[in-house]
Amino acid sequence: MAIHNQEMLLNMGPQHPSTHGVIRFVVKSDGEVMSEAIPDVGYLHRSIEKIGEICDYNGFMPYTDRADYLSAMNANQGYAMVVEKLLKLEIPRRAEYLRVIAAEFNRIISHILALGALAMDVGAATPFVHALKEREKVNDLMEALCGQRLTYNYVRIGGVSYDMPPGFTERSLAFLDNFEPLMDEFDRLVGENKIFIERCANVGTISRQDAIAYNLVGPNLRASGVDFDLRRDMPYSVYPELKFQVQVGRGERGSVGDSYDRFIVRVREIMQSMKILRQCFAQIPEGEVLGDIPKTMKVPKGEAYVRTESSRGDMGYYLISDGTDHAFRLRIRTGSFTSMSIIPKISQGMMIADLITLIASLDVVAPEIDR
Amino acid sequence: MTFQEILKTLQDKLGADVVQPTTDLAGDPFATLPAEKLPEVLNFVKDDPRLQMDCLSNLTGVDAPPDHLDVVYHLFSYPLRHSFVLKVRIPKANPKVPTAEKIYPTANWQEREAYDLLGVVFDGHPDLRRIMLPEDWLGHPLRKDYKEEQEYRGITTTRPSLLYPEQ
Amino acid sequence: MEALATYLHENHLYKAPLWVSQALVQFGVASFVLLIFVSPFAGILSFLERRIAARMQARIGPNRVGPQGILQFLADGIKSLLKEDLIPTDADKALFVLAPYLVFLGMFTSFVALPFSSKLIVADLNVGILYIFATTSFAVVGLVMAGWGSSSKWAMLGGMRSAAQVISYEIPAGIAAVTVILLAGSLSMQQIIRSQGPHPWQWFIFDNPFTLVAFFILFISLIAEGNRAPFDLPEAESELVSGYNTEYSGMRFVFFFFAEWANLYVMGAIMTTLFLGGWQIPGSLEKLAAGVAPWFPQLIQLLVFQIKTLVLVFLVIQLRWTVPRVRMDQLMNMCWKYMVPIGFACVVGVAGWMILYPQGVAKMRYLLTAMAGAIIVYYFYRVYFNFKASRAELKLNPFV
Repeated sequence: MAIHNQEMLLNMGPQHPSTHGVIRFVVKSDGEVMSEAIPDVGYLHRSIEKIGEICDYNGFMPYTDRADYLSAMNANQGYAMVVEKLLKLEIPRRAEYLRVIAAEFNRIISHILALGALAMDVGAATPFVHALKEREKVNDLMEALCGQRLTYNYVRIGGVSYDMPPGFTERSLAFLDNFEPLMDEFDRLVGENKIFIERCANVGTISRQDAIAYNLVGPNLRASGVDFDLRRDMPYSVYPELKFQVQVGRGERGSVGDSYDRFIVRVREIMQSMKILRQCFAQIPEGEVLGDIPKTMKVPKGEAYVRTESSRGDMGYYLISDGTDHAFRLRIRTGSFTSMSIIPKISQGMMIADLITLIASLDVVAPEIDR
Repeated sequence: MTFQEILKTLQDKLGADVVQPTTDLAGDPFATLPAEKLPEVLNFVKDDPRLQMDCLSNLTGVDAPPDHLDVVYHLFSYPLRHSFVLKVRIPKANPKVPTAEKIYPTANWQEREAYDLLGVVFDGHPDLRRIMLPEDWLGHPLRKDYKEEQEYRGITTTRPSLLYPEQ
Repeated sequence: MEALATYLHENHLYKAPLWVSQALVQFGVASFVLLIFVSPFAGILSFLERRIAARMQARIGPNRVGPQGILQFLADGIKSLLKEDLIPTDADKALFVLAPYLVFLGMFTSFVALPFSSKLIVADLNVGILYIFATTSFAVVGLVMAGWGSSSKWAMLGGMRSAAQVISYEIPAGIAAVTVILLAGSLSMQQIIRSQGPHPWQWFIFDNPFTLVAFFILFISLIAEGNRAPFDLPEAESELVSGYNTEYSGMRFVFFFFAEWANLYVMGAIMTTLFLGGWQIPGSLEKLAAGVAPWFPQLIQLLVFQIKTLVLVFLVIQLRWTVPRVRMDQLMNMCWKYMVPIGFACVVGVAGWMILYPQGVAKMRYLLTAMAGAIIVYYFYRVYFNFKASRAELKLNPFV
């Protein structure tokens, strides 16, 4: 009697406790080992790009918050920069510093949430709650700064909307002082845990060629060994005046470009962001925070493509304007979209448990993929 | 290398097909080329040691009314840190472009999105189907002349407005 | 009980011989008493786990229902009873319905042989430890039935994983138990405890280095058998949406978890009996206690047994919320490539030790006890040191 072997078609459906957001995977597996995992995205498609063609330039800013809600300031900043590039606007120095402060705070909380989610998906539930506790403190700081805890709508074209309230610097520096030993403890508790290392090392290794060919960006790219960071290599805003180190994955506990590298690159980037924040608070000049801009903006005809280093990699904003007060075409190219496209290739031959680790270490956020 | 130098390199190699349209638009300059030359140009910019554009940073489509579609390629080089913008203009009646997927694997999903939202058909793409919208959606939403269907699978897509009930 | 048995025989079951009604009464009373002990205990253990987890995560945990939230398990139980009883259409009804009861059965029948004190044991079988291992493995049947009967791929995957895991880890557990059986010379639970003494250096764990290693092997294997983290892959929430539990709702769902928490207690009890001296109390204390009341020594022995078991249970709970999950192939790897060979080496080592030193080596016992004491002191020192380093506030009041 012939034994009939058939591949099992599993559906990690849109509602699932561990895919980060609403993403669906169709997994062809033979028991525990997968032959392929095909992502199916589009559950969160809100046609932000079409709305960009209807909304006027100022009014579109809240939509960019929702494109990447975990680090909304970076998304805001990218959009403001692309419009300012076409308008050839000069931004007050204080506003630039405030943008960088907000962006780096967002990078910290986005990374720590990603690390907590990675730990939780691997099985340890406690670091996630600790990460959320730290996130709450930064949310309180952001609320003092701009009134919102998650979707900030803080950056305006031509500057930022509000100045720092009094006492903000002291509170932020106190938070940073408190946070450093906690980050150390997190690194030791999760990163040096033998079981965690075994779950993450050599899992989902993405080689350097694959990372560049599939247009992986941000910490994913740096973990695969490519020494590139937009803030240092194509600097914008006030980053030329700030000193920090770009963290590259070195394959400490496995090969270069595995999930553990992505984890440790994010941990180290948090430390670097804290350094940047301290420098910003020391160097920020006095001045106004919003330049002189007309109420209805007439952006000259043309196009611009601006990339900013958001938490998930470089977020590219491509704007074509036709001289009216709303865009002709606005395109947001996010890091999570390309991270998802590499999963069918990397997931061949992995186990299902490893697929979860891979997705969590790539730090995909569903609204960024679908926009 | 600056934009003009890259353009000159391309024109030296490939002739006068790659042109920069002479308009004075604000913002970044770009170069256009006919659709058939695309694989050749992309191969050239990837392999040439002076250009080394190993990253296709962005691939998107633009609706250029009344009857053209533009496909835009933003290229970037990690070793040499320069970038370039290429545009391909195709008629809406026959929107076919050769695929860039064999040269830059990242184009796989980006081209699927351009197909889904704008209707650009990429020749040679291994898996050209809709990515954001459901498989049986009609129409391409990012086009300027897109009219939404009145219902999808029996569910109506319009509702009477609560604020303005008479409309 | 005799009166009850005769009453039953005369009035109702007169057709069957006397021993039938005697047996029925004995089973009934024993089960009733055990159920009364096990049910609130499993419930409070569920509450305790949530509370401990919350405290470790800098949260508060359930504290509304009853004083400090102790009656939370009653609220959970009532809520589950009131839920809709869903059986999927494609499910195999008989298997689906029977599975939770089998898992519960596997766990519950092992309570019969647990020695709570020198006189409090429902059935002092002379194959006690073998009986316990046999009945706890009965739960595997229930798990596989749950996985298959749910007719869902996720559930089946979880069921298969669980079956492989539990069956594999029976072996190191049994091997580790064999080391103790060699030392005690008997399979009976009470005999094993009587071979140990009340003081820590008279426990089997510190008898020789091989039993120390065997204790840890038993510890890890029992955690794996109970499907607890870090081995909770079959019910991994973030991967398989709860594995073999996926299609269960309401009271059936609670049954699985009830069995899991009660199994925690059985784990702790087995480890206490085999390695930590069970209910043994010093002779002087026993004489003192006998002066108070004849049943007082029994009470103290019961308390000692419970305290030792609960310390181990607390350790297992804490382990769950600290450590990530081990992947399936790493789990199997660890069992077959590491634990089984080391277990066999321990058995051979203990056998050799017994041949060389039939009375044991007192110096080795004292040395191991001192080592363990030093490690525990170092642990508390590290906790204190970490508190200072992270500048956290030490809130010693658990009733906040």
